[in-house]
Amino acid sequence: MILIHCPYCEQDRPEIEFTYGGQAHIARPHDPAALTDREWETYLYIRANPRGLHAERWRHIHGCARFFNAVRDTVTDRFTVTYKTGEARPDGGVA
Amino acid sequence: MTGYRLPAGGRIDRHRTINFRFDGRDYQGFAGDTLASAMAGAGIVLVGRSFKYHRPRGLLGIGSEECNALVSINRGAARVTPNVRSTQVWLYPGLNAISQNRWPSLRWDVVALNDVFAPLFPAGFYNKTFMWPRSAWEKLYEPVIRRLAGLGESPVERDPDHYDATYAHCEVLVVGGGRAGIDAALAAAQSGGRVILIDEGDELGGGALADPAQWPVLMALKQELYSCSNVMVLTRTTAFGFYHQNFIGATQQLTDYLEPAVSQGAREKLWRIRAGEVVLAQGAIERPLVFNGNDVPGVMLASAARSLALRFGVAVGRQVVVMAAHDSGWHDALAMAAAGVTIAAIIDVRHVVSGDLAEAARAMGIAVHTGAAITRVAGRHAVKGVTFASDGTGPSRRIACDTVLMAGGWTPSVHLWSHAKGSLVWSDAWGAYLPGTALENTRAVGACAGEWDFGAGVVTAVLPNALPVRSQTAFVDFQNDVKARDIHLAVQEGFRSIEHIKRYTTNGMATDQGKTSNLNGLQIASEALGRPVSDIGLTTFRPPYTPQTFGALLGHHKGALFQPVRKSVIDDWANLQGAVFENVGNWRRARYFPQGGEDMHSAVLRECTAVRERVGVFDASTLGKIEVVGPDAAEFLNRMYTNPWKGLAPGRCRYGLLLREDGFIIDDGVSARLADDRFHLTTTTGGAARVLNMMEDYLQTEWPDLDVWLTSTTEQWAVIALQGPRARDVIAPLVEGIDLSPAAFPHMAVREGTIAGVPTRLFRVSFTGELGFEINVPADQGRKVWDAVLRSGGAHGISPYGTEAMHVLRAEKGFIIVGQDTDGTMTPYDMGLDWAVGKKKPDFVGKRSLARPDMSAPGRKQFIGLLTERPQDLLEEGAQVVLDPTAPVPVPMIGHVTSAYHSVALGRTIALAVIADGRARIGEMVFIPMPDTVIRATVTAPVFHDPEGSRLNA
Repeated sequence: MILIHCPYCEQDRPEIEFTYGGQAHIARPHDPAALTDREWETYLYIRANPRGLHAERWRHIHGCARFFNAVRDTVTDRFTVTYKTGEARPDGGVA
Repeated sequence: MTGYRLPAGGRIDRHRTINFRFDGRDYQGFAGDTLASAMAGAGIVLVGRSFKYHRPRGLLGIGSEECNALVSINRGAARVTPNVRSTQVWLYPGLNAISQNRWPSLRWDVVALNDVFAPLFPAGFYNKTFMWPRSAWEKLYEPVIRRLAGLGESPVERDPDHYDATYAHCEVLVVGGGRAGIDAALAAAQSGGRVILIDEGDELGGGALADPAQWPVLMALKQELYSCSNVMVLTRTTAFGFYHQNFIGATQQLTDYLEPAVSQGAREKLWRIRAGEVVLAQGAIERPLVFNGNDVPGVMLASAARSLALRFGVAVGRQVVVMAAHDSGWHDALAMAAAGVTIAAIIDVRHVVSGDLAEAARAMGIAVHTGAAITRVAGRHAVKGVTFASDGTGPSRRIACDTVLMAGGWTPSVHLWSHAKGSLVWSDAWGAYLPGTALENTRAVGACAGEWDFGAGVVTAVLPNALPVRSQTAFVDFQNDVKARDIHLAVQEGFRSIEHIKRYTTNGMATDQGKTSNLNGLQIASEALGRPVSDIGLTTFRPPYTPQTFGALLGHHKGALFQPVRKSVIDDWANLQGAVFENVGNWRRARYFPQGGEDMHSAVLRECTAVRERVGVFDASTLGKIEVVGPDAAEFLNRMYTNPWKGLAPGRCRYGLLLREDGFIIDDGVSARLADDRFHLTTTTGGAARVLNMMEDYLQTEWPDLDVWLTSTTEQWAVIALQGPRARDVIAPLVEGIDLSPAAFPHMAVREGTIAGVPTRLFRVSFTGELGFEINVPADQGRKVWDAVLRSGGAHGISPYGTEAMHVLRAEKGFIIVGQDTDGTMTPYDMGLDWAVGKKKPDFVGKRSLARPDMSAPGRKQFIGLLTERPQDLLEEGAQVVLDPTAPVPVPMIGHVTSAYHSVALGRTIALAVIADGRARIGEMVFIPMPDTVIRATVTAPVFHDPEGSRLNA
């Protein structure tokens, strides 16, 4: 049972209070109609699958219900940092 | 009969004899015995049959590593526990143990013929032999193999026991109550934090319990430990898994060691412990040696025999031979000899052994043969003697004996360390992996950390023998019957990775997870591959450390507490009416209301008739409901749904269609605009949570600039659907503040007023095609309004109807059910819902995907109706539709039936389906092949009843 730090509640809470929301920092295009099929495909389906640090979305669904972002190591399942939606990735990493 | 009770010694209470039963015969042991020690003391050698070859097997170990002496414990018909290690069963009066994996009896086992033909059953035999014909696998091979290669049998009755569960937190958790664990717990207790010490045994002490010289110290340390108020000691408790951030799962036995008649309360307790630091003091497990005949009952681990002698006062045999590659075997032999066990000889593969040991052995009259190895073991059901030779290849010599002890060195128990993703480091001195760097805040101490002096030894693969390995019956994994030659075969067949060798041979894959076999398997593979063992790696340890009962893992989550049942406020009424229920998205819903012994078919026909001819009432409270409020509410819905919402006037409703971003339908529902800034959304019963989550996602992360609030109101509103030509007449006397006339309150409108004195949001909507209302009232008033509607409807022939009639009525109108008529790959166009897509909207969720070429390409499945050629043929939902049933197999399929019912309105069956280019096929004949016939049907439009909609606009 992983403990996850909710950046809004500012508490470490057990993982059963949270749901996973996929890769972070993928913004919905402002004008989808302007995208080529290939660009739209990239937005819809193409995701990073790193062995190591991964920025991803989580939601404290059984708590404050807010979405936030987290950097997690996919090898060890360690969360290195969690941060609020809209903030830049604090460790400067990509994907 | 070889084992016997020594006249003195051990920690058993010889004044308290305990009667127990094994395979229907009565025996006696003493208080303090395990089943294994009591059986050994009673002279029982043959304790079980192996999994694959049904070979006779005896006791191998003394604790959780035991892989042979597995029994079923019978505490009553529903309380039979199979596959229990007899070494971890504490004796109680009347204990009833049964051997496993044999028929008709342990001694005469028919399937032992497998063993006679063992050369025909090498590793991979099943994979290679039972390949084809495919159909024979399910019908013939698998059932037979399962019957032959089973372990104990689980009871078929419901488990009458209950199981407790708890959480605990501590600063330091120590796993393992041997000397190292006790020391660690005492040290941790000094700092004042909460300390928990867990041990599998019934008594703390671990290996020291087999060393009387340590007993006084042990006693003092235990007293000190129990006097610490901040230390909690859990015995008979197994830490089975080490999870993230020092989270440990452990099960505690509460009653299994007690007589059933006196045991009370929960059977086991599941502990979920979060610890600041975890100290692993799990000790080490002695390794067997791999040699020809090493599985004959009577061949066992030296440390286990020592423990039997010194802890339990049991001599394992009358003539004991020790086969050693390690000093610890000598120490055990000497200790046992001092306790009165006759050690006939010590054979050691090493040419040079510490002079002190050899001298001590000779002084006790023990024959010593160094530089030698056992090459054969005589006996089938029990050891009769051994043959040994210098270096395994010299001239053979024989010794008569009834027991052979193996001392192959020690393997630190790094199981939990590995669960916690700690690294492992190969140690040549140990011939095993030791804990390296920890990931969590954890450390290993004592033997499991390699910090223990068992003496010196050599690491061996298969003991030397003049016979080639393939001619030897030298076992590596006793429980899964893996021999050294199986590992050689795997290497010969090209397997290189230890993970592949493991799976091909099944070495280490039995319920003991290779506690005694992993390292030997690794050594043999290393030798066969000609690569150092540290290059080959180690297979992964995963929880649980030992098998756990499902009961303990489930805890209270069973029966009525397995899953919450959601009930509407009308549920009690429906229950009293004798409704038949079905579950929909955790909701319990009335499916139909049988009267006077009606079956479902007649009840549904009657309920449908009532709705079409008079009026029916339906509990629609389970519909998902979301209140959308805020200045940007219309803008938000406009972006979410395919439909345009901005122009919808307050007081009006609209059917909303929700897509995922990939363009496929995910939900639908009718929603009402109550005010400029307020909408009352409905979703499908099963989709409520999904839709709210999706909307929250967009609102929070994509459009945080929109000023909108979303609130789930599913359980705040009771919804009573009143449908049928007389619906208006039924509510007219109850409604105040709303003009019900068709002109003032048209189809797809919403009004607020009161009904039966209760405030209501009254929707004029229809999921049946009839004049209809959905009465939303606060849930706590729902039953009151329901009763009032029924009373008022009495004069109009009102009838309640259930979900089944609701399905029929909507299917007659071609109204889709998302998830039944759609399958996650259907677009609005596929479903004929183009009219619900706002063509002028610049964007909505899924719009861009609808523009992909594939989404409008020919050949997509489209939603249509089917009418069977014979009006009473009912199609099966899910049945495949084909154009040419005589086409060669595989017959090309063009789609499938999604809904099929007997329709009252049409007096025949109807069906809905999705088929390729369906709308262009209207009027064509298609075929639905069934196992015994082919049904012919005509493609039609999906609306069967009142396509003009004149009834619902009445």
